[in-house]
Amino acid sequence: MNERVSPVFPPSPWPGRATQAARRTAVKSWVEGMMYLSPSLLLFGVFLFYPLGRTLYLSMFYTDYQGKPTEFAGVAHFAELFQDGAFWHSVKTTFTFVALTVPTTVAISFGLALLVHEKRKGIGVFRTIFASTMGMSVGVASVIWMLMYNPAVGVINRLLSTAGLAPVSWLLDPDTALYAVAAATVWMNIGFTFLLVLAGLQNIDPSLYESARIAGMGYWRQLRMVTVPLLSPTLFFVATISLIQALQTFGQIDFLTKGGPVDATNVFVYAIYREAFVNYQFGFASAQSIVLFFIIALVTFLQFRFVERKVHYQ
Amino acid sequence: MSVARVTAYYVLLCLCSVVILFPVVYALLISWMDGAAILSGRLWPENWTLANYEAAFQQAPLGRYLWNSLVVASVITLGRLIVSSLAAFAFVFLRFPGRDRWFYVCIATMLVPWEATMIPNFLTIQVLGWTNHYAGLIVPFWAMAFGIFLLRQQFRQIPHELYEAARLSGIGNFRFFCRVVLPLSKPSLATLTVYSFLDAWNMYLWPLLVTNDDRVRTIQIGLKQLQTQEIASSWGVVMAAAVVAMLPTLLLLFAGQKQLRKGLMQGAIQ
Repeated sequence: MNERVSPVFPPSPWPGRATQAARRTAVKSWVEGMMYLSPSLLLFGVFLFYPLGRTLYLSMFYTDYQGKPTEFAGVAHFAELFQDGAFWHSVKTTFTFVALTVPTTVAISFGLALLVHEKRKGIGVFRTIFASTMGMSVGVASVIWMLMYNPAVGVINRLLSTAGLAPVSWLLDPDTALYAVAAATVWMNIGFTFLLVLAGLQNIDPSLYESARIAGMGYWRQLRMVTVPLLSPTLFFVATISLIQALQTFGQIDFLTKGGPVDATNVFVYAIYREAFVNYQFGFASAQSIVLFFIIALVTFLQFRFVERKVHYQ
Repeated sequence: MSVARVTAYYVLLCLCSVVILFPVVYALLISWMDGAAILSGRLWPENWTLANYEAAFQQAPLGRYLWNSLVVASVITLGRLIVSSLAAFAFVFLRFPGRDRWFYVCIATMLVPWEATMIPNFLTIQVLGWTNHYAGLIVPFWAMAFGIFLLRQQFRQIPHELYEAARLSGIGNFRFFCRVVLPLSKPSLATLTVYSFLDAWNMYLWPLLVTNDDRVRTIQIGLKQLQTQEIASSWGVVMAAAVVAMLPTLLLLFAGQKQLRKGLMQGAIQ
């Protein structure tokens, strides 16, 4: 997506010393082009660029409960933020959550995709099953896992007690809550990442495996020498998507724990939500949003650069 | 492969399937149980019952929630298809000053997490009077950088000679777009439809902010409502609602899985 934009065309012919007619054509083509772009640009402007600027603006003001700026705060919100134990706690929680979910999701979906990558009898059924959690919306997945984690009637504690183990209050215990939410999240996300990894596997030229087999490589050596190197852009892409998604986690937290117990699952976006729409501290919440923006912009930017390099090497 | 290895392979596949399907099957089984059976912690229903489904539709406007989600997700998807394909067409076929600059503007939107804009967006929606309106749930999501890229990738596969030929025979850009480009791009449009619908159906935080009225609430918020009200009394009802709520997206996924797999990587990696 970073290559030059118009390789299909000959170099564009806007004349340096434009005649009147040529200039008129240019204006006409500009008007027409902008007509096609205007829906996107208008919507991006109103619902993305304007609010981003406004968030930055609000982050430098104290606001009333309606979100109107009342008094200039400068960098006070940011200063307060960086000295705030709760902020660092939510940063730490978010990154712990990322560490718990992203590698697991990528590893599991890679494993599943490897299993069903080759065409075998009945493989379509298994592919469909493995992809099925993509059809689980956040609400559906959350209520199901909530019941599974229920200390009294949930299936997980039933199994524990059958095995003679003590029951665990998964979502109510600060030590286990984040792990419990992470497990539910991994399950929810596997379907989508699995599909992406499978697509990546199927883009690998089959003749390479043929050559590897002729060269006498066993399955594991093929995996290491052919599959993993060629799949690495896909895996990297999937990891980035999962990372960005994990940084934006909100729904399952709101369903399962509401950020609790004692802030054990108060991830970044949940903290912003609470600050803005429960405490009405729009200025302070905006400052947090700006920090989130910088983190995600950095991750996305690095991914662009990485892909660009890959494209050059190919 | 030897028979033993093939058997082991399929056993492994089945084991993975059981683990992945377990939560769904569990929800199904619970939804068919009566309250006593659930409280006793059974896994298999003794008396199969549909009472939970009846209760779910009676106690909550479940049908309404589903309808709202269907409308919102469909109209978001339709809007995204139109807006993205228009922009992608301009980026591939039209030549005009500033085009490449606008393309980078569209790329730049991918850097912005939606949550970083939600506070001013929430205030905008209030000013527009769109709280508790479908419009507030739908319009902000019509523009989509990913959709533009995906379709741009697809449109570039169309031979430019076709465009030249159309120009020479006096066919205007918009007619070329409708009659040639869109029909030739059905696979990518289908991919975008499936992806976008699932994505829109899954939205949670935004509907939570801009709706507080059952008439426009989506199914995600509906489940949350149901769960908060029902939690002590009847898990069976909540599971019945969850089963109903997963049906539309599961069906769509089964129908569009292959398309999605083939199409997504095009916009993503290339």
